[in-house]
Amino acid sequence: MSAWEAAGARLAAGEASLVSLWAEPGAVHLALLEAGALHHLAHDCPTGRFPSLARVHPPALRLERAVQDLFGFVAEGLPDPRPWLVHGTTATPYRFLPVEGENLHEIAVGPVHAGIIEPGHFRFTCDGETVVRVEERLGYVHRGVEALMAGAALPLAAQRAGRMSGDSTVAYALAFALAAEQASGTAPPARAVWLRALMAEIERLANHLGDVGAICNDAAFALMHAHCAILRERVLRASAACFGHRLMIDGVVPGGVARDLSPAGVALLAGLAHEIRAAFAPLARLYDMTASLQDRTVGTGILHPDLARQFAAGGYVGRASGRDFDARRTPGYPPYEQLAFTVPVLREGDVNARIMIRIREIGETLGLIEQILARLPEGPIRAAWRQTRGEGMALVEGFRGDVFVWLRLEGETVARCHLRDPSWFQWPLLEAAIEGNIIADFPLCNKSFNCAYAGHDR
Amino acid sequence: MRKTLLRDMFARPLTEPLTRPDPQVVELARALDAAAQRQLGRSLSIRALDAGSCNGCELEMHALSNAFYDLERFGLRFVASPRHADVLMVTGIVTRAMRVALERTDQAMPRPRWVVAVGACARDGGVFAASPQGMGGVGAVLPVDLYIAGCPPSPADLLAGLLALLQQKT
Repeated sequence: MSAWEAAGARLAAGEASLVSLWAEPGAVHLALLEAGALHHLAHDCPTGRFPSLARVHPPALRLERAVQDLFGFVAEGLPDPRPWLVHGTTATPYRFLPVEGENLHEIAVGPVHAGIIEPGHFRFTCDGETVVRVEERLGYVHRGVEALMAGAALPLAAQRAGRMSGDSTVAYALAFALAAEQASGTAPPARAVWLRALMAEIERLANHLGDVGAICNDAAFALMHAHCAILRERVLRASAACFGHRLMIDGVVPGGVARDLSPAGVALLAGLAHEIRAAFAPLARLYDMTASLQDRTVGTGILHPDLARQFAAGGYVGRASGRDFDARRTPGYPPYEQLAFTVPVLREGDVNARIMIRIREIGETLGLIEQILARLPEGPIRAAWRQTRGEGMALVEGFRGDVFVWLRLEGETVARCHLRDPSWFQWPLLEAAIEGNIIADFPLCNKSFNCAYAGHDR
Repeated sequence: MRKTLLRDMFARPLTEPLTRPDPQVVELARALDAAAQRQLGRSLSIRALDAGSCNGCELEMHALSNAFYDLERFGLRFVASPRHADVLMVTGIVTRAMRVALERTDQAMPRPRWVVAVGACARDGGVFAASPQGMGGVGAVLPVDLYIAGCPPSPADLLAGLLALLQQKT
């Protein structure tokens, strides 16, 4: 048995978690988490044929379909060889999985949805109001990012990484920078490390605030949405004032950060944290006290902990279903080892649990922002770049879950780069969580997952 | 409830009044209001379509509806159906996979309609311009009435853009 297949066996046995699976001409790559550390494995396949790991470990399925799409490889034994990321590659139309039974009807939704939403297609099969199966069809926002990355100059590649998913721009830019710094042996200065964590926590705060409101809005509780949107806007305005951009796009760069934080910025952010803490507490109470809202969220869209574990689901999706994982802690990256925070975990796995995880994380994130502001080291914010060849990889905890980046650097040119969104291991679970729920609850379940389209589609 | 009523009796509204505090937004809002009245009798319906953006533009389009900007007070609103829309706001590089959906959405809109390309990607593909998976912007697929620059444009930029569109059409 090759090292590749042995790794597959360990994944199937639950001894390791799948982090990503990708390819380049002549080889397939695997990243996994084992014993608290990130491991990388390359498997040569000069003919483009490699043994499918999805045969034994289903979470690899869509990643292997994507490898087939992007490189023309063949994953031997792949249980579902249909294309995934790239549309229009086959002469025949895409075939959805057959569903058979009496009284079933199909509902096709998307790629254009009814709001300001990213594009994707959902094919529902229902028995009356009850969803028997939903099948996702993604890839509509496939931008060919990995092909573009090959041969790109480092600064342009970093900008592209920061535009994988706009809501996670800091997380992606940070993961890219950490991987590039590992590849080149460049060490970012201490102040930059802390400023990056500050930006990452501000991004988490803004997104969680937006999500808590938006999920409640999908249960027709618009009041929470209105209040949370106000708090989110305050965070974005503070980001613009302190870092020059509301979403902090291009704020994290290889070697450090693009912009220093002034003493006035420190005071502004400290005031913001204080204000959000005071304003959010009554909103969290309101959520807890509104029985009609809880009636919609409790017991809805349950994701079983076994599936969360098998798929190594990151972020609030995993943590609401008993998976005690946070990339800031394991494998971990600075400066979090010097910061105090707890990682909330629940086991219920329903919409309510995914909201409660976010509510608790808002508190933890505010605590982190306060700690960082109080202890921000002085000094330069950007290191001189070391010109070398090398490979690097990083796992960074975005608001949605762990973002993974692997790259190979040749001087200041990116030879290869792979970026894996946390949604890869969350989208399949949404299909499982919705089963048996009424179709009217799909938007609620979907928003509670809030998976990325652009980030996933690359 | 009594506490809430009492508090709200003395609290000031968050929606930025037309005289302060952000002079840029205020100026835009005032002009937009007048132009929308003149042009469309105080109503302009917008259909948003993501044709390959990173979702940054979508986040800022969402922000237009928060209490600070309160887009609807100017008679501007996002609608679900293209059949109800006057303006098609498109973001993203226009991926090959979204091209047909974009064309069909446009065809479903009653005439006259205006196409607004939002953000750097919609203009010329932005940092993804070289992608063979993209059409290189909205202009390659549909006639564009207005480009709103930014990566992403801020809510104030978006308001400014809509104003420019209305003035251009007057």
